[in-house]
This record gives sequence, C-alpha cells and structure tokens, in this order.
Amino acid sequence: MKRAKQLKLNLTEEEVDHLRRELGREPNDLELAMADAEWSEHCSYKSSKPLLKLLPTQGKHVILGPGYDAGVVDVGDGYVLTAHIESHNHPSAIDPYGGAATGVGGILRDILCMGTRPIALLDVLRFGSISTSSHSKWLFKHVVRGISDYGNCVGVPTVGGEVEFDESFERNCLVDVVCFGVGKRSDLVLAEARYPGDSIMLVGGLTGRDGLHGSSFASAVLTEKSEQERSAVQIPDPFAEKMIIEATLEAIATGRVRGLKDLGGGGLSCALSEVAAKGSTGVEVDLTKVPLREEDMHPIEIMISESQERMLFIVQGGYEEEVAKIFRKYGVRCAVIGKVTDDKHMTIKRGEEVLARIRADLLANAPIIYRSAKKPQYIDELRKAPKPEEPRDLAQRLLQLLSLPNIASKQWVYEQYDHEVGLKTVFKPGQTGAAVLRLPNGKFIAVRADGNSKHCFLDPYNGAAGVFAEACRNVLAVGTEPIAMLDHLQFGDPSNPEVFWTFSECVRGIADYAKSLNIPCIGGKVSFYNEDRVSGKAIKPTPVVAVIGLAESFDVLTKCYFDAGMRVLVVGETRSELGGSEYYESIHGLVGGVVPQVDFDYEKRLHRCMLKIMNLRLAKAVEDVSKGGLAAALAEVCIKSGVGMVIDLKEVPHRCERVDEILFSETHGRFIIGADRRDESRIKRICASFNIPCETIGEAKGDDLVFESGVRRIEVKVEELERAWRSAIPRLMGDEV
Amino acid sequence: MRIAVIVFPGSNCDRDVHHVLTNVLGVEADLVWHAEGDLRGYDGVILPGGFSYGDYLRAGVIAAFSPIMREVRRMVEEGKPVLGICNGFQILVEAGLLPGALMRNVGLKFVCKWVNLRVENNETIFTRRYAKGQVLRMPIAHNEGRYYIDPAGLKELKEHNQIVFRYTEPDGTFSERSNPNGSLEAIAGICNRRGNVLGLMPHPERASEAILSPYGTVDGLEIFRSILELGG
Repeated sequence: MKRAKQLKLNLTEEEVDHLRRELGREPNDLELAMADAEWSEHCSYKSSKPLLKLLPTQGKHVILGPGYDAGVVDVGDGYVLTAHIESHNHPSAIDPYGGAATGVGGILRDILCMGTRPIALLDVLRFGSISTSSHSKWLFKHVVRGISDYGNCVGVPTVGGEVEFDESFERNCLVDVVCFGVGKRSDLVLAEARYPGDSIMLVGGLTGRDGLHGSSFASAVLTEKSEQERSAVQIPDPFAEKMIIEATLEAIATGRVRGLKDLGGGGLSCALSEVAAKGSTGVEVDLTKVPLREEDMHPIEIMISESQERMLFIVQGGYEEEVAKIFRKYGVRCAVIGKVTDDKHMTIKRGEEVLARIRADLLANAPIIYRSAKKPQYIDELRKAPKPEEPRDLAQRLLQLLSLPNIASKQWVYEQYDHEVGLKTVFKPGQTGAAVLRLPNGKFIAVRADGNSKHCFLDPYNGAAGVFAEACRNVLAVGTEPIAMLDHLQFGDPSNPEVFWTFSECVRGIADYAKSLNIPCIGGKVSFYNEDRVSGKAIKPTPVVAVIGLAESFDVLTKCYFDAGMRVLVVGETRSELGGSEYYESIHGLVGGVVPQVDFDYEKRLHRCMLKIMNLRLAKAVEDVSKGGLAAALAEVCIKSGVGMVIDLKEVPHRCERVDEILFSETHGRFIIGADRRDESRIKRICASFNIPCETIGEAKGDDLVFESGVRRIEVKVEELERAWRSAIPRLMGDEV
Repeated sequence: MRIAVIVFPGSNCDRDVHHVLTNVLGVEADLVWHAEGDLRGYDGVILPGGFSYGDYLRAGVIAAFSPIMREVRRMVEEGKPVLGICNGFQILVEAGLLPGALMRNVGLKFVCKWVNLRVENNETIFTRRYAKGQVLRMPIAHNEGRYYIDPAGLKELKEHNQIVFRYTEPDGTFSERSNPNGSLEAIAGICNRRGNVLGLMPHPERASEAILSPYGTVDGLEIFRSILELGG
C-alpha cells in the first residue's frame, strides 16, 4: 500500500486513536482513508452536530426531517414534497463551471434517491465584487453557465435564487443549490439496507480518479496550492444524470428497490456505511466488481472517489435482472458489487481477500468535536459606528442603489436558466420574490431562499433570524403559508473561536425563529473552512434559509403588479436600522451600525395577519421590503408594474430621524400592499386587530416615483429607475444592454 | 386521432407535450421510446424539446440517426403531421427533413424567456387556426436556436411560403431586441414544402395553459388543436 501513504489524510491524532480503540487493533490504510472521508467535517458534522440539535424538526407537515438525503413534507392527497440544500463552494472556487454543475448534479440525486422526481432548483450564489474584481466576474459568469448547462440539460427548471456580492467572497465564492421533488408518499425510498441477502448494485458512471478526496478538500481552507487540486473537482455529465433519473424512477416502479443512496461526498465508502448503519445491517462488497474508468486504481481510490452520476441501489435478492434490464434500456451501467449482511460490519474485499472490515456505525458516527466560541471584538465596536451625513440628492442615491449588483435585476442570471420545463412554474423568476409551482394535487408551493451576509457579519443572531424572516416574507407575499425550512450554514474555519461564535449565534437565531413561528427544519447543510490562506480571511457568516410555502388554491396567489389608481399601503413600522444595509455599505462606504432586529412576537402576529389579508383576497399586489428598504421595494414595484407612484413619507409609520432612514432602512416585518380603495380600511382594521401598524402612504399613478416629506420632494422617472435597475449587471458582465 | 410523442434519450419536454395533449386537450397520445418505435397506428408525431444525447457533438445530430427516424420519415412521406419543438426542430433539421441549420445564439448564452411570434403562414395544417400576421406569445428556452440558411435556400423558403413564424415586437414589428437569438430574418419556425412538417424553437406546450402564462394567454394550444382537426 505504498500509494496510500502518499495520499494525505486529514484525520486528527485523536480520531485515529478513537478508531484504534474501537477496532481493538491498528487500522489499515484503507480503513484510515475510509474514516478520513466519512469523518471529514463535510460528511460528519462533527463540529456542528451539538448546536444543530437546537433546530426544531417536528411539525404537522413533516414526514421526514434532517438526517436523510432530503427532508419530506406532506402536501396532501397522498403526495409528498422532498427538499434538500447543498453547496459546492470549494470546487466552484477553483473550477466554477465544473464545480457548480456537479453541485446541481449532486443535489438532484439526493432528491431522486428518496424516490421522488426533481421538479425545481433554486440557486443561491455569493461572489466578490463584480464591479472591481475580474476574478469574481469570471467566477460569476462560469458558475451561472455551469448551473445553466446542467439544469437545463437534465430538464429540471431553475425557478429562482438569490445572488449577493461582497468582497469577503473574493477567494471563496459560495454556490448553494436547493432542490425540490414531488412524488407519492407510497413511493418513498430510504437510504437504508434493511434486509440481509439483498443485492447492492452500483449504478451510473464509471468510478475514476476525479473527485478524489473531495470531502476532505471541502473540509480544509483553500491554499495557494488549491489551484492544483482540480482533480478533486468532479467532471459533470448531465446527460448521464438525466438517464439515471429516468432509469431510477422506472426501477423504483418495479417495487424491487428497497434502498437507495446517491454517491456524493465520501463516495462509495460513505454511501455503504450509511445504508448499513441506518438499516442496522452490514454490507460486503467486492471491489473487483466496481466498473472503473482507469484500470490501475487503488482500493482507497475506488472507495473514496467522488466520480459523479453514481447511485447505490439495494435491490431485493432475486430481482437483480428485472432492475438491470431497465438500466440497459437507458444505457446506464450497473453492476452487483456485493450484498447486505447481518453482521453490522462493512467488509471490503478484493476477490476473496478482505481489505477492510469495520463496524458500519463506527464509520457513520464521527467523534464529536466540541469547539470553543468567543465573541469577536469588532461586533461591539462596529455597532457604535457614527451615522453618516444625510446626502442632498436622494433621487440620485436611489438610482445608484438600484444599479448596485446586490439590488439590480438578476435577469442576466435567470434568463440563462430554463425555468419553465416541467409545466409547473406558475410565478416565474423576475415576477415575484418567491417562485410558485403547481403540484399534481391542485395545490401550490412557493419556494424561496435568502441570505444576508452583511447583516450576519455585524449581528449574527439577528442577521440569521432576519434571513429566515425575509424568506418567510417572500413566500407570504405570494399568498402561501410557510410550512417548512432548510438551512445552509457557511462559515470559515470552525477551530477559530471567533468564527465558531458567529456560527453558534446564527444557529441560535434561526432556531429561535423556527420555534417561535413553528416552522420546522427539514434539512440542512453546514459548510466550514470557507476561507483562504492567501488573504487570511474568512467569508462573512452566511447562513442561507430556504422556506417552503403552501397554498390550497390558486385564488389566494398574489403578484406584485400595481394598476394605476391602486392605493399603496405599508405594513409594519420602519426603524432606524441601517447597519449592514446596502445604503450604508455601498453609498456611504460604512460597515457598521445597528442591524435590523427581529421581534419574534411581532413576526408571529405578522404572519397570521398577512395570511388573513391574503386569504380574504384583499391585497391585489404585495411586495416584501428588504435590501434597499422601502425606496428600493417601491421602485421595483413601479418598474415591474410600469406605473408611477406618489408616496407621502409623513404617512409611513416610522421611528426614524431622517428621510434617508425612512427610505433605505432594511427593518424587518414590512410589506407593501396594493389595494382597491374600497378594501383599504378593511386591511387596516385587520392589521389593527393583530396590533400591526399599517397606513396608506400613496397611490399608483403617473410615470414618476415621487416621495414627498413636507420639506423634501424626491422625484424620478420610472423609466430611469428601470434603466438603472435592468442594465447594471449586463453592463458589468460586458453584454450589450 | 392518436399522436406519438417520441422520447429520445435526453428528451425533457416529452411529458409536458404529452400532458397538454392528454390532460388539456383530451387526445389520445403515447410516449414512444426511440428504440422500440413503430409508428403504425399513429396519425401524427411530435418530436419534443430537450437535450437528446446531451446535445453532445451538435444539438439533434445523434438523435437524427435514431431507429425511430425511419418511421418519422415514413410519416412525413405519407403526409402526416410531424411537429418538432426546440430540440425536435434541431433533430428535424439534422435529419434533413427541414432545410437550414440552428446555430448557437448570438449572445452565446442559453436564453429562456417569453417572446412574441408573428404568424407568417397560416396555411399549414399547424397554423390554420391563427390569422396571418397575428402575434403570439410563447416562451423560448435554448442555446442553439439561431436559424441560418444560405441565400439560395432562403430564396426557396420564401418562394414556397415556408417561413411560418418570426420573432417580433408585441405589435408585430421587428427590432434587434425582438430577435432573441440572432436568427436570420428573425425566423422562429419553418415548414417543409408540403406543409406537413413544422419545426419551431419556441415551446407551444408551455403556452397552452393560462395559469402558466405571464399574460394569461394560451396561444400555443392552437397548434395542437389544428393537428387534431385533421382527424384520423
């Protein structure tokens, strides 16, 4: 095993000791390599597990929470929705096209291996500044192309997403993908090998050297050498994936597939130990049966290769041929590589020679690491940052704000994604904050993912809770009720106590919101080590929260289009909370101040209040208020509706000292509602009954967006707003407008 | 009337087309796997969109050699309606059943958006429910939809009234902006001389239910209805 010695492992001394103790002998190289892959932070959650227990996972819709390849919620009439979130950050940072594409491929298989057909994708992306960095531009362009080429080809629509640019992502871009699937509850398959005697089939692509040590690679900080680690990035083949999707669904229909697991991080090693541990069985495989891309592969390479487009099938003994026939139809390779045993061990053989033998649950449960946490000093210092001067020309500032990449239209991105295939996308990207999809039972779901690293950097607790609140606002705004969430927690090196403190605060914020609002977590992912040695910098804390909303019927669904003559109402109070706002950071160059705070009791009332208004169909148009504040939200509504508005800022419920604060503060818990004159007072009465502030602030009319405050009048043509908003990203990316 | 929807490896709009035919229009339709195909008993055939064979080599080129294409060719010769949507259009072109070529979009990017199409020829068996000059709304979603044909070919297309759809502004006028992929003369769809083979890049099946249209329109449905009116 000379080659094995050359493969560097990330296992700590304590972990090797733990393995030695449990085995009662010296682990061999293959066993060490298997533990290394499985116990990587990426696969094992060894640093995050204790904190993740804070998240509530039960709820009336939840069938299966975290711990499986995807969460499962009941959407009624025998149908289930599956959902999962993943990232492919490190691979995308060095190979944006391949990294992003294989990220999509991986998550599709997570949804597929529950026995459900993938129906939609969301992409949440983070890059450095595309205004100043050509490297970030390059990453942005090719990540989008990677997602586009893969998702479009497999025929799963990318229905939405979110992009944020911040210098902290210059070296570590984040590429998160959320995937949803739909199926019959009775067709669900789990990643379990429950019946000894069943056959283990490896299905899909050949096992090669690409993606070696992918999980370990993802569990370390990037270094100057990372560029040379492109072999740790897998090679995408969306056509092969499409064939696997169709073949898998057809195979499941035979009723002979008793367990299913995709091969992702940690490759064959992780997949085998997980199906055995979850099924309380053992597995025995013969590596000579594994179809290889290269002949001279070492057993270690075979076990931990992360070659793409592969699935592990547990097939009822005696029915292998019935299943294999389906794979042949689709030209998908499959091989019986072993069988399920009852000895609770993972036995890896080469022919008759036993290469490794290790308890499945030992591998599947990494020793937990308890990390220490320390509040960084900057938190209190930056909070006290003095307010900047109020600029004179606020109309100009508004235009400037709309052309910031973080606020500007993302049409350049979503036009590259097929968001229509599957005939389910009812509200499409660019129309509403959350995408709305129809389900086979006549109901509708809204899906949305949000993040805000600028808020989370300054105040991780309120920032993370606020991200959750924002995702909820987006699904509420289209008329659906939030029923479940997924989270993706992305941070720097967890051994740095200051990084770990931000992680712990973010988890607490999300958990507190989930508990207060009774929205269970059905899955998630943690990605640490998003920092690099070159700059010595970690990314800003980036929790991403995806929320699923459910609506019983089409009637309650609402867009954000205003007709001339409609009254403009604002729900919620605006406070002077501009810390981490686009206005402070990009217009004033100020990183600091008080971040919008989340009031859980208020949020509870707000959700109930909005659902009541929506269910009574009193709101003709709804838009949530977030990045860029009230001014940006109103501007976007005017652009999308093709109508102007006259807004009286004196009517806005607020606790601000200045006009710019009312316009640009990113206070949570606010919506803009468009209503007919006759429904105005009813909406206000409903809000009052929930003790939620609500006022009429103006009317949709004319061609200009006008703000009047008594002393100041700000007036901009909608056409001008639209030009600023639509042209910013294409211009930065070098496309004609 | 019975319609075959061909499923090539990598087709991904096959089930969508099948849904519109069966659930929206109530027609009998089958998904027919490309390798086991025999199209006897069918009155029409649709080649759906997607990425047959992953668009590897060139969009549509591998599928053009699939066993089922012999049968499709026979249907063409018998004068039965043959409709190719998006990748299906690319396959028909690669199979030589329609003239010209589909090249990469002028912006070198995949484009998914709703566009306006002007009906140039309403005398085909697919378009007779439209008025000539009528402007339809349908979405496109493709990477290689830039139609090209040499000057002689273009002249022939025009002489035989084979240009069926063109990309336009909502009012039916042309602009650079209204041509989403740089197609020659903004051509979005063409037919063969006999008029029983239609290929178009936009997706009529995605414009067949009001709930899925940003405009509440169902402009694509008439193409399928026209085929059904043929009876059989």
